[in-house]
Amino acid sequence: MMQTQHFEPRIVAFVCNWCTYIAADAAGVSRAKYSPNVRLIRTMCSGRVDPQFVLAAFEKGADGVLLCGCHPRDCHYSSGNYKTLRRYALLKKMLTQLGLEDDRLRLEWISASESEKFRRVVEDMTERVRKLGPFKPNGGE
Amino acid sequence: MSDPNEPRIGVYVCDCGFNIAGVVNVPELVEYAKGLKGVAVAREYKYMCSSPGQEMIAKDIHEVKLNRIVVASCSPHLHEATFRRAVESAGANPFLVHMVNIREQVSWVTKDRVKATEKAKALVAAGVARVALHAPLERRSVPVRSEVLILGGGIAGIQAALTAADAGRHVYLVEREPSIGGHMAKFDKTFPTLDCAACILTPKMTAIKNHPDITLLSYSDVVSVDGYVGNFKVKVRRKPRYVDEAKCVGCYECIEQCVYKTAKFPSEFELGLGKRKPIYIPFPQAIPLVAVIDPETCIEFRTAHCKKTCVDACGERDAIDFKQTEQTIEFDVGTIIVATGFQIFDAARMTNYGYGKLPGVYNALEVERLAASNGPTGGEIVLRDGRRPTAVGIVHCVGSRDEHYNPYCSKVCCMYSLKLAHLVKERTGAEVYNFYIDMRTPGKGYEEFYHRLLSENLHLIRGKVAEVTDMPESAAEEGKLVIVAEDTLLGGIRRVPVDMVILSVALEPQPDQEAVRRILNMSCSSEGFFLEKHPKLAPVSTMSDGIFIAGTCQGPKDIPETVAQASAAAGEAIALTSKGTITLEPNLAYVEEGLCSGCQICIPLCPYNAIELDRARMVVRISDVLCKGCGVCVAACPSGAISQRLFEDDQLLQEVEGVLSR
Repeated sequence: MMQTQHFEPRIVAFVCNWCTYIAADAAGVSRAKYSPNVRLIRTMCSGRVDPQFVLAAFEKGADGVLLCGCHPRDCHYSSGNYKTLRRYALLKKMLTQLGLEDDRLRLEWISASESEKFRRVVEDMTERVRKLGPFKPNGGE
Repeated sequence: MSDPNEPRIGVYVCDCGFNIAGVVNVPELVEYAKGLKGVAVAREYKYMCSSPGQEMIAKDIHEVKLNRIVVASCSPHLHEATFRRAVESAGANPFLVHMVNIREQVSWVTKDRVKATEKAKALVAAGVARVALHAPLERRSVPVRSEVLILGGGIAGIQAALTAADAGRHVYLVEREPSIGGHMAKFDKTFPTLDCAACILTPKMTAIKNHPDITLLSYSDVVSVDGYVGNFKVKVRRKPRYVDEAKCVGCYECIEQCVYKTAKFPSEFELGLGKRKPIYIPFPQAIPLVAVIDPETCIEFRTAHCKKTCVDACGERDAIDFKQTEQTIEFDVGTIIVATGFQIFDAARMTNYGYGKLPGVYNALEVERLAASNGPTGGEIVLRDGRRPTAVGIVHCVGSRDEHYNPYCSKVCCMYSLKLAHLVKERTGAEVYNFYIDMRTPGKGYEEFYHRLLSENLHLIRGKVAEVTDMPESAAEEGKLVIVAEDTLLGGIRRVPVDMVILSVALEPQPDQEAVRRILNMSCSSEGFFLEKHPKLAPVSTMSDGIFIAGTCQGPKDIPETVAQASAAAGEAIALTSKGTITLEPNLAYVEEGLCSGCQICIPLCPYNAIELDRARMVVRISDVLCKGCGVCVAACPSGAISQRLFEDDQLLQEVEGVLSR
């Protein structure tokens, strides 16, 4: 069913409690409409997101993973998002070398006030991953 | 006998009236939840947060012997505390509850009902799988300091300071200008009662000065705030006044004797309409009533060769101190109230209105100064050349309700425009033309004030002004400013010649709003005002515990609303600290010593220096007092020895699996 005509990607988003989760709440309050493909998992700080969570998400069937946190200098815990940035850079490099397409893993800073950006990122990510088709580890072999 | 730790999960799906049930197929979701592993009962209710909803959970905890609860409703930021309390009062541990957000994240944002229901199922599956791994947790209790820091000495800060200090809290009131009073001190009269602003404000300002529990730090800025709710460490920079605050008595003798015989520098307080000397007191009712020297204009600072007549005039009081330097002081507080106010929209940005180019065009705050009896003209509303205007145009919505500048309504402009119309008519007898888009006068006595103005023969023209020009098209327009607007009621273009144009400018966030936001780790809403925790239920709280907001730094509002908010913020601060201790979330990181290899990778990552190496045993320890629960160390530990309560690896991995299940 997934493969017929219209592919609905499944995307896991790890969002921090203080910025992006609030932006998502605000998107709700303003009744912004976005595609239901992105599902949120809340951590207190984006710095809590172990790179293994990202791998686990792909392993368990995610077609894309989105990491979101506060903008640089805005972290509720002063510097957690910088750790996220460093880990993301390494993880991205590793997964790219393993053949993961660029659009399947994305890092975005979305502040509490940026509900519109949240909506835009979710829509954009969904469309990009939709174009890529389902994630097939090992090239689907 | 079954294992008492075997999860028996209750799933409660809220309809939220039609908010959720109007989009998500709730009965289908409940049936689905019933089939999930560990679920003993799943129910639908109209309003889970109401008493019957909470009682339903409590009843099931006893009768169905539930030991885990999932509430699928709104954001945990709204009602997590509600459901934790409900579970706690039923005798269970409050951390055995998990909230699934199917309103803000599903029903409010998803068009397709089938897809919305599918997404809700996935989120509920994730919540159920996660909650099965929850363990009972204890909240930790920490002492809180009773002192309150208030940023901003406008009417909001003044009101909050007096309320908190009257409740016995020691207040540090920090104001960056030489005097407290804020914008309200600049107003002549206040709508709709036409009370004189000074008459109602200055007694409060004096009360600040005289209150034994208020430390007023004027001409000062908050440089940094560290710590957390109950225990903030504050650093304040005190700018040099070059006049000793403790010695100055505010007698004005130094100012009178200044080598500048006349005031020749633009006064900041008078928005440049009046002049001051290099040594000055911003306005006669200033608190503290202490002179300030402006080193930019003072001859002694510029040449070091002044006769220093001010020093002679001060004499034995010996208050003038040219060697004064900037001081940094530090103190601890338990709570913070931010009342930093607004700035007015810079009307020069709308070039078609001629502000800054045509001398007859004023912003409304300037006209407040002209109208004020303690202002540069002693309350005479006259043009820059001293002429009394015979026709005055007031332009509403300058910088408000305009997608090029601010889309929001600044809320107070219609009312203050009507007030200024009244004052202009009263003082000058001029014909007054108000150009408005919509007349917005909600508020107690406000509509009545509007009707009063109608009876005063005010000319009201409904239409947004296109242009203010000094290019005449007829003899009647010669030497006049012409306001060009479409009269949308008449259905034609009007050209109204006047002598004075008053631009009713928008209220905007302060220019350093962003800097203050960063110092306090708050959030701003999209228009740049500080963001409240909840627009209705927590309007003066912020996402940062212990930090409250009041007045126009949160959004445009009038004086009554500002005062109410300021009292509310003070009340919240008092309530938070009244027990002497507060309980904090248990979501801390902890070390499983058997797994720790003592590699110390985690130590430099902690922003709070909460991790220490136990050299004897070569394992790290995390301080419960210092840890804030971000989880950065957890993600970094190569041995998997560090975990975070409520955000355990296995709980989060269950969530991952759950959200991907459909």
